Amino acid sequence: MSAHKATGDRIITLPFMLLVAVWLTGSMFGLQRFILDGMGSVSNLNGGYTWGLWVVYDVVIGTAFACGGYALAITVYVMNRGKYHPLMRPAILTSLLGYALGGFGAFFDMGRFWQFYEIFLPWNWNFNSVMLEVGLCVATYILVLVIEFSPAVLERLGLSGLKRALDKVLFLFIALGILLPTMHQSSLGSLLIAMGHKVDPLWQTMQFQPLLAIISSLIMGFSIVIFEASLTTAGMKQPSEAKLLRGLGRIILWLLAGFLIIRFAVLAAQGKLGLIFAGNFSSAVFVIETVLFIVPLVLLSSASLRRNSGLLLVAAVSMLFAGAAYRFDAFLVTYNPGNGYSYFPSVPEIMITLSIIALELMLYLIFVKRLPVLPRAEHA
Amino acid sequence: MKRREFLKTALGGSAGVLCGGGLAEARPNLEPAPEAVGMLFDATLCVGCKACVAKCKEVNGMPPTVLNGEPQWDSAQDLSGETLNVIKIYTEGKGSTKDMVKDGFAFEKRSCMHCVDPGCVSACPCTAMRRDPITGIVTHHPDACIGCRNCMVACPYNVPQFEYNKVFGQIHKCQLCNQAGVERIDKGQMTGCAEACPTGATLFGSRKALLAEAKRRMALKAGDTYSYPRGDVRKPDSMHEKKVPVYQQHIWGETEAGGTNVLHISAIPFDKLDMPPLGSRSAASISEGVQHTLYSYLALPAIALAGLAFAVKKNTDDEGEGDGS
Repeated sequence: MSAHKATGDRIITLPFMLLVAVWLTGSMFGLQRFILDGMGSVSNLNGGYTWGLWVVYDVVIGTAFACGGYALAITVYVMNRGKYHPLMRPAILTSLLGYALGGFGAFFDMGRFWQFYEIFLPWNWNFNSVMLEVGLCVATYILVLVIEFSPAVLERLGLSGLKRALDKVLFLFIALGILLPTMHQSSLGSLLIAMGHKVDPLWQTMQFQPLLAIISSLIMGFSIVIFEASLTTAGMKQPSEAKLLRGLGRIILWLLAGFLIIRFAVLAAQGKLGLIFAGNFSSAVFVIETVLFIVPLVLLSSASLRRNSGLLLVAAVSMLFAGAAYRFDAFLVTYNPGNGYSYFPSVPEIMITLSIIALELMLYLIFVKRLPVLPRAEHA
Repeated sequence: MKRREFLKTALGGSAGVLCGGGLAEARPNLEPAPEAVGMLFDATLCVGCKACVAKCKEVNGMPPTVLNGEPQWDSAQDLSGETLNVIKIYTEGKGSTKDMVKDGFAFEKRSCMHCVDPGCVSACPCTAMRRDPITGIVTHHPDACIGCRNCMVACPYNVPQFEYNKVFGQIHKCQLCNQAGVERIDKGQMTGCAEACPTGATLFGSRKALLAEAKRRMALKAGDTYSYPRGDVRKPDSMHEKKVPVYQQHIWGETEAGGTNVLHISAIPFDKLDMPPLGSRSAASISEGVQHTLYSYLALPAIALAGLAFAVKKNTDDEGEGDGS
């Protein structure tokens, strides 16, 4: 029933070699971090800002960018919009790569990486810890994504018997693939609760952190599906999915409205609306972030605007920036541990994050060129 | 129609899991441990000699801090992977008068506050941070630690510190001189810093006795003479008489974020001494309230999974029929 096929294009291209170069440069700093001098020699992490670019981008934002598979699975399998099925496999692939490299980023940031397995030992588990939920849940979800993606590999290898057997139980893994991101994407927000006063009041919504985190991760998940499909259409000369994407735009509209209403209602209930107009750094950051959420809300609200695939892409990009900003702002930009600490990522730190992104893109290109991932033309 | 109902149940289950987080009732703050021990730091008594900084390094086997190429036992600037206790200086204007906000100076000790409801213990996924059930001492156990450093972000005081300069580093924090191999409290001794303090600015004792002493000082009249104890507040090594300063009527750690076992009093307001803006509620109590509402016995996730599995099975079986609803 394969509705997908490998593009079969050449793998070694100029852009690909550029990605390899970025990846190798970052990897050299990686060697320095793991073998020579430790984290301090390549990063500006300090006693007050101990979670920097690696945790906040690679894990907190990177996994939200990887929510395409999650968002689409809800649409296809829970809301039963089967027509979106052709988008499913590429979305699962980006989710798998995003999460696997998020896990790699977490390992990179792990101060005591040589005993990472301690978090998997049940006698160590602290059930009060949000981080325990995040760690175990993300690890499990990576395995689930491998299984969800495996039909593409089995198809390629021609193991149709195995694929049929897998198809019988796949529904369980798809269900897990919806439950697990719901759990850990909300928990990534819950991590902020324990940080208390260090999180700026405009972002410290306490009990509402998980709810805002999960809605924004869905927004980012749907946006990445639109973004990815638009790019593959343009860059890899794939058939256009414009009609499908427009439908997704309608779903996002509701999520965006929900996010903004809840956020402002919570700020009002907590008596913090005045802080938006304080005219300080935090209020400026908040306004910029909110504009990034409102632009797509306006663009998507009219059916005629949604029909313009260029504007749809603009809306998707704005939402990706909005969701990333919401996380960056809370965890880093307005985060203030006090005691005179400050932080800006070092060049090696940035290079390492770029090398992880480069690796992700390289793997994506290899996979879609060699495995049946992208939808066939008849769905155009 | 039937399917519509099942879908509603599945969606409702998932939505319930999430909204529970918003409505979660936080648990109350933890209570002080039954035989909680701690310290009382009276900033007005501290003369900035830093004997406590050097003694701390000696007792805990920490290396000297290298400043200008020279090893220094008492000149650490801040808490770090090699320093568990520092004396910081407050100055304003000319910085000429001790314990005055304007044109004054003061000393402030920074070390683990041994929170009654510690954020680090609550946040640690591997139980590598523990609160002793009897003494309330917050200890660290690197054997179980993966180095995620959530304890550092969850500490309102930025106390736990990681050794960034080592490939195989670990978290360090004050363990009230009672960690395995030191065990001064278990042996009936006091903390190194309290023992070394010549003026009694750092006092050791039970939280109860220290809080009583702090309250006594709050009630003193400025300018009167008071006999200040040194060492252990319950059995002082010696006493010395000194004129009572103008105390801020604020015992830091009596209630802050659920209270601390290390209490501070001062003549300078604590926000000027760089203490964090804390309410009486511990962040841990709210965070745990959310986690336990959502994940208690994994009941909600299990219900949601059942609902989702049913919906997915139904909709994948229907595949090819196209758009269901």
